Amino acid sequence: MNETPVITAKNLDLTFETNDGPVHALKDVSLNINKGEFISFIGPSGCGKTTFLRCIAGLETPTAGEISVNGMSPDEARRSRAYGYVFQAAGLYPWRTIGGNIRLPLEIMGFSKAEQHERVNRVMDLVDLGGFEKRFPWQLSGGMQQRASIARALAFDADILLMDEPFGALDEIVRDHLNEQLLKLWARTEKTIGFVTHSIPEAVYLSTKIVVMSPRPGRITDVINSPLPKDRPLDIRDSPEFIKIAHRVRDGLRAGHVDD
Amino acid sequence: MNIKGIIPALVVVVIIFVIWTAAVIPMNAHLTADQAQRDGFIMTPEAPRDRQEFLGLTLAIKNPEIITMTYTLVRPRLPSPHQVAIEMYETIFTKAPTSRRSLVYHAWVTLSATLLGFVIGTTLGILLAVGIVYNRTMDKSVMPWAITSQTIPILALAPMIIVILGAIGIQGLLPKSIISAYLSFFPVVVGMVKGLRSPDGMQLDLLRTYSANANQGFWKLRLPASMPYLFASLKIGISAALVGAIVGELPTGARAGFGARMLVGDQYGQPMVTWAALFGAAITAALLVAILSFIERRTLARMGMGATA
Repeated sequence: MNETPVITAKNLDLTFETNDGPVHALKDVSLNINKGEFISFIGPSGCGKTTFLRCIAGLETPTAGEISVNGMSPDEARRSRAYGYVFQAAGLYPWRTIGGNIRLPLEIMGFSKAEQHERVNRVMDLVDLGGFEKRFPWQLSGGMQQRASIARALAFDADILLMDEPFGALDEIVRDHLNEQLLKLWARTEKTIGFVTHSIPEAVYLSTKIVVMSPRPGRITDVINSPLPKDRPLDIRDSPEFIKIAHRVRDGLRAGHVDD
Repeated sequence: MNIKGIIPALVVVVIIFVIWTAAVIPMNAHLTADQAQRDGFIMTPEAPRDRQEFLGLTLAIKNPEIITMTYTLVRPRLPSPHQVAIEMYETIFTKAPTSRRSLVYHAWVTLSATLLGFVIGTTLGILLAVGIVYNRTMDKSVMPWAITSQTIPILALAPMIIVILGAIGIQGLLPKSIISAYLSFFPVVVGMVKGLRSPDGMQLDLLRTYSANANQGFWKLRLPASMPYLFASLKIGISAALVGAIVGELPTGARAGFGARMLVGDQYGQPMVTWAALFGAAITAALLVAILSFIERRTLARMGMGATA
């Protein structure tokens, strides 16, 4: 693994002005994410994990601090299409077929018809959706829809993949399956992945680095470098190393909870 | 629609016809008694002035021989269903469609104004909605006026429009179409504003992550997302456009169209003509809405969204 940071955040602060007064969503967040890392953000609701991901994506602007993505500001990185973003819900356009949905970013970015076709086919195979190109979203299960939304984020070959609780709404079995597939996909594409989750096993199973966050104000309480090997069968979750990391994550989450 | 879906609607129609048929007797009893007396029947009471003291129903019970006659008056207060049916049959099927006595001719006159007005109104409505969604100033300024425009009684406004346009030499189809457009743009504005704003934050954020420009956001997200809203509005808009065209025919003594027929029937004591025009207008409106529903189902099905209304 290469040790050049692709994303760096230094003393990031973000305060939202709401009707109930200011909400301190991020406080003094500093972090380096290296190329090819799989980094998870875990913490209770309101800890700022999604906000941090949105700051990386240039969807939120920090009130203070510095953040750079590929050496650029997040806005510039967004304009140069540095990342693909996967949201909590698949958010496929109901009036487009699965193929049409995956083609959406390619149309917007002005790829040629032939290139669009080739890329759609390639990423659909990558997420095991070959043959579903002409179906409409409502004809697919929730897990398949989320896979299509991942394919959509992969279609334009950004180096960074940002995922905001992409499997949160799916049941345990489907989630396990998709986690396994996501790891394979990561190994094959060597992308840098930022992944937000509520689930301790999911974070530990997927990540090379786990960032534990806590709320009010949203901040980082622990950063854990996972000693697990890159090749991870599902039953690694029963290994002592896995359980040890999961414990440390849980302790980190508890420590952040003293204020309520 | 399957048979089970039609039955409730049919039941309502049957009930309306039963009430209508029953109402013919009391509504026409006095006129019928007068006519019967002139024809040599003996009525109770005998003096027409005394008969005014009684309700139509009471009169019919006192003089049961007039009951069947209430259905065949030449100039009834309330025509019976079969009289209206005969009038419609004769004016639709036995007259050349180019004749002034043909209801098809009058239907076309009103329909052409309706369709032109509908196109103008819909275009205006969509343009205003786009302006409202994309421009803060228009958002703040246009909507209150659009709502205000609909609070002015169209019956008061229609003669002014016709007269003013007539004064500058615009006559015929266009003034009526403008009244149609005036009524039909509003539901389109309201529906399209809602439709263009229907994409949620996540769908908009997705386009931001692609650095899509406003143009792409409109054509690839907002416009397709607004389609179900547009069709719901179009169905309201086209009925409003038809009402507008008819209202446009009333105040100036137009010589053709459903509105003109209603007026003529009223002024020359030919209720069957008025009623035939009323039914003609209702059937036209139903057909227009049915055509739009068909296009809606086809379009939304092809877009993978299914019918929502």
